[in-house]
This record gives sequence, C-alpha cells and structure tokens, in this order.
Amino acid sequence: MAGLVDVVLGGTFHAAVLFLVAAGLQLVFGVQKIVNLACGSFYALGAYFGITAVSIAISLGMPPLMFFPVLIVAGLAIGLVGFPIERVLRTIYRRDESYQLLITFGLLLMFQDVFRFLWGATPRTMDNVYLAYGTAHVLGVRVPTYNLLVITASLAIALGLGAFLERTKIGRIVRATAENRDMAEGLGIDASKIFALVFTVGCMLGTVGGALVVPSGAASLDMAVELVVESFAVVVIGGLGSMRGALVGALIVGVMRAAAISLMPELEMLSVYLVVVVVLIVRPAGLFGKAAA
Amino acid sequence: MSNQSIDIAGPPAVRRSMPRFSGLWVLLGLIAIMTMMPLVASPYALLLMLPFIGYSIALLGFNLLFGTTGLLSFGHAMFLGLGAYTAATLTSKFGVLSFEVLLLTAALVSGLVALLTGALCVRYTRIFFGMLTLAFGMLFHSFLFKFYSITGGDQGMRVLRPLLLGMEWRGGKTAFLTGPFYYYVLTLFALLGIAMWRISQSPFGLHLRAIRENAGKAAYVGVEIFRMRLAAFVVSAIYGGVGGTILAVTTGLADPELAYWTHSGNLVFMAVLGGSGTFAGPAIGALAFVLLQDFVMSITQYWRFVMGGVLVLLVLFMPQGLSGTIEVLANRRRGGR
Repeated sequence: MAGLVDVVLGGTFHAAVLFLVAAGLQLVFGVQKIVNLACGSFYALGAYFGITAVSIAISLGMPPLMFFPVLIVAGLAIGLVGFPIERVLRTIYRRDESYQLLITFGLLLMFQDVFRFLWGATPRTMDNVYLAYGTAHVLGVRVPTYNLLVITASLAIALGLGAFLERTKIGRIVRATAENRDMAEGLGIDASKIFALVFTVGCMLGTVGGALVVPSGAASLDMAVELVVESFAVVVIGGLGSMRGALVGALIVGVMRAAAISLMPELEMLSVYLVVVVVLIVRPAGLFGKAAA
Repeated sequence: MSNQSIDIAGPPAVRRSMPRFSGLWVLLGLIAIMTMMPLVASPYALLLMLPFIGYSIALLGFNLLFGTTGLLSFGHAMFLGLGAYTAATLTSKFGVLSFEVLLLTAALVSGLVALLTGALCVRYTRIFFGMLTLAFGMLFHSFLFKFYSITGGDQGMRVLRPLLLGMEWRGGKTAFLTGPFYYYVLTLFALLGIAMWRISQSPFGLHLRAIRENAGKAAYVGVEIFRMRLAAFVVSAIYGGVGGTILAVTTGLADPELAYWTHSGNLVFMAVLGGSGTFAGPAIGALAFVLLQDFVMSITQYWRFVMGGVLVLLVLFMPQGLSGTIEVLANRRRGGR
C-alpha cells in the first residue's frame, strides 16, 4: 500500500511538471499548428534561470521559505523570451511541417549552447531549499511538502488556463483563431497579436515547469532534449491540441514512469514509448484528440 | 519575376528534363572526384569522407521516403542504429568478420524491422507519421540504453575490423580505413546510388511521386498507396542500415546516440541542407554538414549554436537547400537569357 502511494505521489509530481510543458506545446500546436521542439529548451531555461533567481534572492537576504514564489515569478519572467522567438517563427506559419519542425530543432540546438555558455557544462543544483518546507505524511508515506505545493500549483494553472480559454473574451478569440485563422481575421481579429500572446504563454508554461522542477533535481544540458520526447509522448497519448489530453497524458506518463522505476528500472522510458505506440495504433488521434488529419 | 511570360514559355521543359540527367551525374561526378582524393588529400580529410559516405547512403534512402514520397520520418536514426548494432553484435559476439555478411545482415535486419514498424507507421501521414516513427526510434534507443547486458548500455559495443571480400587487411587503423575500406565503401556508394536512381525513375518511383502529390487521386487511378508507402519505408530502412554499418566500422563503436532522436533530426537537417527536392541534394547536404560540423567544432566549443543557427537561417532563407538554390539560380539565368 505504502509502495503504491509512493509511486502515485512521485508520478503525480513528475506529471504536474510534465503537464505544464505539454500544455504549452498543446496551446501552440492548437493555435499556430506548430509542433514546437524547442519546448524542451524553455523548460531547461526555466530550470537554469530558477536556480540563478533563487540564489540571488537568498543572497539579497530573502528567507528561504520565499523561494517558491520566487521560482514562479522567475519562470514567468524568463518566459517572455517567447515573444521575440515568435517573431522569427511567424515567417514560417504557412510553410510545410517539416520546416517548422526543423526550425524549432535549430532553436533547440542553439539554446543548448546558450545554457553551456551561461551556466557551464556541469549540472547545476539548488542546495538547501528543497526541504525548506519540511515533509508531510500522506497515507503513511513521507513526501516533501514542496512536491505537494508543485502539484497544487500545476492544478491551479490547469484550472486557470481552462477558465481563461473557456470563459474570457480573449480566450474565446484564441479558440476562434485556432479553429479558423482566416475567418477570425475576417471578423476583425488581429491574429498576429493572438499568435504572439499564445506563443509567449506557451513558453511561460514551459519555463515555469522547469523552474518548479529544479529544486528536486538538477538543471543539466541534456534535460531539454530528454523532456522533448517525454512531452511528445504526453501529447500523443492525450491527443494533439487538447488540454484535457495533456492533463491525462501527463498523469499516465508520470505514473507509468514512477511505477516502472520502482518495479523494473530497465523499462523506465520503454514503457512510456510502448504506451505511445499502442495509443497511436488503437486511437491515432490520441485519447482526447479530434480525428487524425 | 519581371519576365514571367518568357519563364512560362521556356524553362519548365528544361527544368523537368535537366534534373533527370543531372541528378545521377552529379552524384557519380562527386564519387569520381572522391576516387582521386587519396592521391592528394590528408588521411584526416579521408577519414572525414567515411561518415559522409555512410550518411549519404542513409540519406539516399531517407529521401526516397521524404523527398519522393513526402513522408517525414523523425525516427530514421533507428535504422542507422540497427545497422551499427548488427555489425557490433556479429563482429564482437559471434566472430563474424566478413563485411559482406555484415552488410547483408544489417540490410535484412533493418528491412524486417521496417516491415513490421512500417506497417503501422505508413497508415498515417504528416505529423502523425513523424511522431510514430519518433516513438519507435526512441523505443529502440531506450532498449539500447537500458539493456546493458545485451547492448553495453551507454558504453556501446565495439565493432571489430571486418574482412573485405574475405581478405584480412593488416596495418594501422587509419591505413585500413583510408585505403581498402575507403575504396570499398565508395564503390558501394556508387552502386547503391545507381540502384536508387533506377528505383526513383521506375514505375514504382512514379507511384511514390503520385502519392506525394495527391494520395487521393493516386488511389483513384489504381496506385496501391499502403503497399507503395510500405515498400518505400523498407527500402529507405535498408539504405539506413547499410549506412549505419559503415558509420560503425568507421568509428569502431556502436553507441546508443546513433539511434537518439536528435540524430534523426540531423538526418533531416542534412537532407534539407542539400535540398530534398533533388536526387543528389541529400548527398551534397551530408557533405556540407560533415565539413561544416568538423570546421565549426575545430574553432569553437559552441558548435551546436552555430549549427542550429545555420539550420534556422536555412529554413528561413534557403528552403530548397544548396542544390535547389543552385538549380533555381541556373534556371533564372537561363530564363533571363
């Protein structure tokens, strides 16, 4: 029983972070129809910048307990790099998918060396703050309270994002643009502004995800390319372009990995890809996706 | 653009017939130059040519899928990995050293795996095809990475020096690679190039092109889309396996990075760099990529930044790639008189 709770909690923590990145990917795919391979770089960027922001905050005399809000703010702030990047991507919206994949692949390569230049090749960790909030007991299992905070924050972001898209006026415009860009423009919507907004928000989701995960581990140069395939797995399982899909897909991938690690470590990623293959064969559009194009 | 009427009257016929003849000749011309290279070039330059040949062969196959059939695989490195690990397993575990046997087995293994995975993948097109191939590629990579006892995990597996045509070659590693092995794989490159040319000009190649242009219409006139796509997938995988075997013998090592998804991305990069719309384009792309990467790595440790930047600029300003751009410029000159 305790083992099961451990797996579910560990998996959910990972899923919470994975969801944020995958949600960014989904948002951008849904509206701009671009599969953004650079989403992994945004995640890594958030992680590196989070470390720097927290160490600056602590050296300025901020109590360690404040590091959680600092991380969120840092993630949101650095997510603004999405805005200039969207300016570059703007030119290829109407091009073939292979070019869109390639240009974001190019960005991924470039970012990797930007990290190497700014933060060095050795993995960076954030010391002494992960357990600043202590540990909690959940059904007889000890977990860092920080993990629970991240899960809550991610859920809150999921709900907020849903409310934004479903209930607000801008959200409605975003959905209309996603549905039919030309028609939306015909109705007087400035689609390029919507695209800039959506891409920046998508980028922020990734950077916040990275900033939130880093206290529990390390920021490394490989984390970008590794996370890309994982978040790909999430969106394929959940269905391209679907927010609900991102949530469910992230939970499946997160818990699956945690279970595999505790039962058969060799199958850690293998199990995830197996699920992806099975889903693509049985339901090519994913669990919550629209019919395959 | 100013003399559009002239453009319409003249060059289309030229444009259609010119690549038909130039594609193979460009490739064979390149190979002819390379046969002369050992006379003048340094061993280092010759060693660089070996991965170029390996990648070129793989890309000849990749482009049958991408350029001709219009299917973008983002997991094609799997077949390079299969070829490399076949060579490693046969040489270091079973003591099979004949290079011909290695190549045939690698081709067979890649082809069989492609038949199985392709039967699932080619039911989809566009981004779904890309994602499914990516998933299979990563499935294979995590197998290589995690099953230490079979594959050596992140250490990879050693590939021993093979026998060429049943003969053992003495001397240092460099002497072997730049001497007999160089000529051997160059000949192989020429033969596979001619074979791919025949394939792309055959009725089968025409079927694939028809599928790329309009799958619905092609099906309507009797093209068996599924079987044709699957056949293209298998052929491209066989070329990938052969290319992977050459790469592995060159480095003497089969490691999981060969099958990682970023390696697949590099293959797409090379194809687009050279121009996937032309026959010799991908080979030119492989050459440019290998030389550029070697050059950039020698001057800065931030070579990924430069390569990524080149890729971004390429997509933005030169989407037809090197050969496509040259062709456009040539046509423009001819059109302008």
